[in-house]
Amino acid sequence: MALIEMTAAGLYCRAGDFHIDPWRPVPCAVLTHAHADHARAGSARYIAASEGLELLRLRLGSLAPIEGRAYGERFDLGSARVSLHPAGHILGSAQVRIEADGEVWVVTGDYKRDPDPTCAPFEPVRCDVLVTEATFALPVYRWPPAERVALEVLAWWDACVRERIPAVLCCYALGKAQRLLAELARLTDRPVHLHGAMAALVDAYRQAGVPMLPTRPVSDAPRGRDFAGELILAPPSAAGTPWMRRFRDASLGFASGWMQVRGHRRRRGYDLGFVLSDHADWPGLLATVHDSGARRVLAMHGDADAFVRHLRESGIDAAALRSDFARDEGSA
Amino acid sequence: MRAFAELYAAFDRSTATSAKLAALRRWLAAADSGDAAWGVHLLAGARLSRVLAPAQLKRLAAESAGLPDWLVDECHAHVGDLAETVALLAVAANPDPDHAPAAGLADWVRRIVRLRTVDEHQRAAIVRGWIEALGPSERFVLLKLLTGALRVGVSRGLVVRAIAEHAGLPPARVAERLAGDWSPSAAAFDALVAPDETAAADTARPVPFCLASGLDQPVEALGERDAWLAEWKWDGIRAQIVRGTAGAWLWSRGDEALDGRFPEIEQAARAMPPGVVLDGELLAWRGDGPLPFARLQRRVNRRRPGATLLAECPVRFLAYDLLREHDRDLRAQPLRDRRARLERLLADAPPAIGLSPILAAEDWAGLRALRETARAHGVEGLMLKRLDSSYRPGRRRGDWWKWKLDPLTVDAVLVYAQAGRGRRAGLHTDYTFALWDRDALLPVAKAYSGLDDAEIVRLDRWIRAHTVERFGPVRRVEPVQVFELAFEGVQRSSRHRSGIAVRFPRILRWRHDKPAAEADRLETLRAIAGGG
Repeated sequence: MALIEMTAAGLYCRAGDFHIDPWRPVPCAVLTHAHADHARAGSARYIAASEGLELLRLRLGSLAPIEGRAYGERFDLGSARVSLHPAGHILGSAQVRIEADGEVWVVTGDYKRDPDPTCAPFEPVRCDVLVTEATFALPVYRWPPAERVALEVLAWWDACVRERIPAVLCCYALGKAQRLLAELARLTDRPVHLHGAMAALVDAYRQAGVPMLPTRPVSDAPRGRDFAGELILAPPSAAGTPWMRRFRDASLGFASGWMQVRGHRRRRGYDLGFVLSDHADWPGLLATVHDSGARRVLAMHGDADAFVRHLRESGIDAAALRSDFARDEGSA
Repeated sequence: MRAFAELYAAFDRSTATSAKLAALRRWLAAADSGDAAWGVHLLAGARLSRVLAPAQLKRLAAESAGLPDWLVDECHAHVGDLAETVALLAVAANPDPDHAPAAGLADWVRRIVRLRTVDEHQRAAIVRGWIEALGPSERFVLLKLLTGALRVGVSRGLVVRAIAEHAGLPPARVAERLAGDWSPSAAAFDALVAPDETAAADTARPVPFCLASGLDQPVEALGERDAWLAEWKWDGIRAQIVRGTAGAWLWSRGDEALDGRFPEIEQAARAMPPGVVLDGELLAWRGDGPLPFARLQRRVNRRRPGATLLAECPVRFLAYDLLREHDRDLRAQPLRDRRARLERLLADAPPAIGLSPILAAEDWAGLRALRETARAHGVEGLMLKRLDSSYRPGRRRGDWWKWKLDPLTVDAVLVYAQAGRGRRAGLHTDYTFALWDRDALLPVAKAYSGLDDAEIVRLDRWIRAHTVERFGPVRRVEPVQVFELAFEGVQRSSRHRSGIAVRFPRILRWRHDKPAAEADRLETLRAIAGGG
């Protein structure tokens, strides 16, 4: 019998009577991380990795009933033995390991295999059945090293300094922004300006001890301030809004795994794309399947059909799991 | 090629014309004449003849990356660009781009051309070696050269402007020198940028075309009817006949030489005195009216037409402008005078070259009534040209207007979708639409344009969630969504399952209000197509 099944509210474990990242209110929700399409308000009880509690409180409210668990700590829910393991996606992100009826299942949530100075590295977990994300499940997605991407960002910033124009870099407010600030902190100590939606999240990372470039809210700048030569981080939703008007003649960049494909960047009208993702690339997905030792793989998010077929041709039982998670390209 | 790859990347990342122009000028200033010649030629839209078929390139990527062919196809459908797909998939044998073979663009073109002398297996092996050794940006540009046109969002006009600024010449002069089948070489580039007096006029080449804009205001806003010349808007191929001392040449608007395809026109042109350039329209023609465009298309496809095709698809050139006579440039003269000269010149021309007739309606109302009869005449509508206008290159508003007939429309059901290419990569933007035939939906048209970006994204989500079946990159979707389609004409066609072919179909709007059952029926189109 399946330890985890897909229900109207999302992934559900009958043995433990809990949901994982449900998109409707439920009695007990185990959360893999604090992105909005995974952490939704209204459930009666939340369990998540302790490292991510601050971020979850920012998302779900300070009074939300959230319990923290250390990575690797085993706890019982119903007849299931559960533990959380680092997923390397963002601060506090976790894979969920479930053991019941003599079987082990792992739900990866979103994850990446590449090093990230802002969170604990992905930990391979052995299991019988692996439920993996498959956002970038084609071999065209192979990430360049983040240090090289950080150098590209810095070179672009320097070019904007020379041209006396602002450099506005769009990136997801939670995870990507902090990773960029941490990667860049190894190369420079210049301050960065932040869109209002990012300030509290950056503070939460700072309190967690993540070293990042100094930051200033754009809203603190006096009226008419000239941002020429400055780097500004903004969520993708800010592009094209009146907020952008203050950055006259700005060069507009976007940091995302989707920038690997030119069409994605050109369609959105960004001047420059930086290939930086918090998700697993194709080799990362295959390595994870291999490391898990799973005899069966269920793939969710994205267009997993090619990935599933490829696994099957490699002799691994695989299927796609349909889900309602938003395919938010900005979060990738 | 590093410099050219950087230029390509600069175009790719900028949408601003000024930035593209600056990048072009920087590159022109640094490139040697041979590289510059090829760069200009390729940026202006030229392509190298193919040395590897797309399937061979995919095979090469599959072998380099150790992937099955179907997975490379999936990637291609996702990325929407073959060159980019291969560039992303091929492994790097030498990841350090500093060790990649250094050669200029002209050297690379020579290498590619030389590939034709070896057999196909060797070609693939050689190309794979190149690709695996090159850094990402050069690898991509090399693959672009191998797969066809660069298509980097630079207009020919912008290339001309950059060269003109680089050389200190008027853009019109550069455009003229580049027109026709300009052949790239260091010497040709030096001649292109040479000071004005040394340039020899080449009488075989066409003149940059004057282009019309769509009329987007009431026709009365154009002022006095008497100030305008009205003609039919022909549904053929815009072309120029260049009659030089050594012969006669036919050029399409894309500066493509149509040599050999239309011998009856070339023969008729040779009967004219040398030193003439005519602007007009190529049409398939029988008796006193045009044949459908598809007939002309058959002629375009055939480099040396045989007797059967010549008889089945006779063509005619209808001239509407005279740009050169006795080797004298007439473009600065008013259309009124050029037209008078044209009529005198063609007074005793052979029937293969005729005059596009002037429509004599006295007032705008009369013209409007004529326009309503356009479909019956086999034309697209009317052309309005200001009688005192000079002939200016490019699309400049104000002198030439297209006053097209309102399109035909039907409400059709979306039945298949496929991912798009280029900036629409990864989104399902190639749609197939069907109409009801009894109780079945029969595909009648493919359309790629007409929705805005937000609608495209919404429809893409819907398509992914409502796919019934997949055939490779094509998805069959639930027959639910109805769209209003516009098109220019309908013809009977034995090549289509529906028995009809529509011309220039595009989406007018998404009919959220209309259930699929109420979409139009095939009979509607059949009735318009007529002919039993």
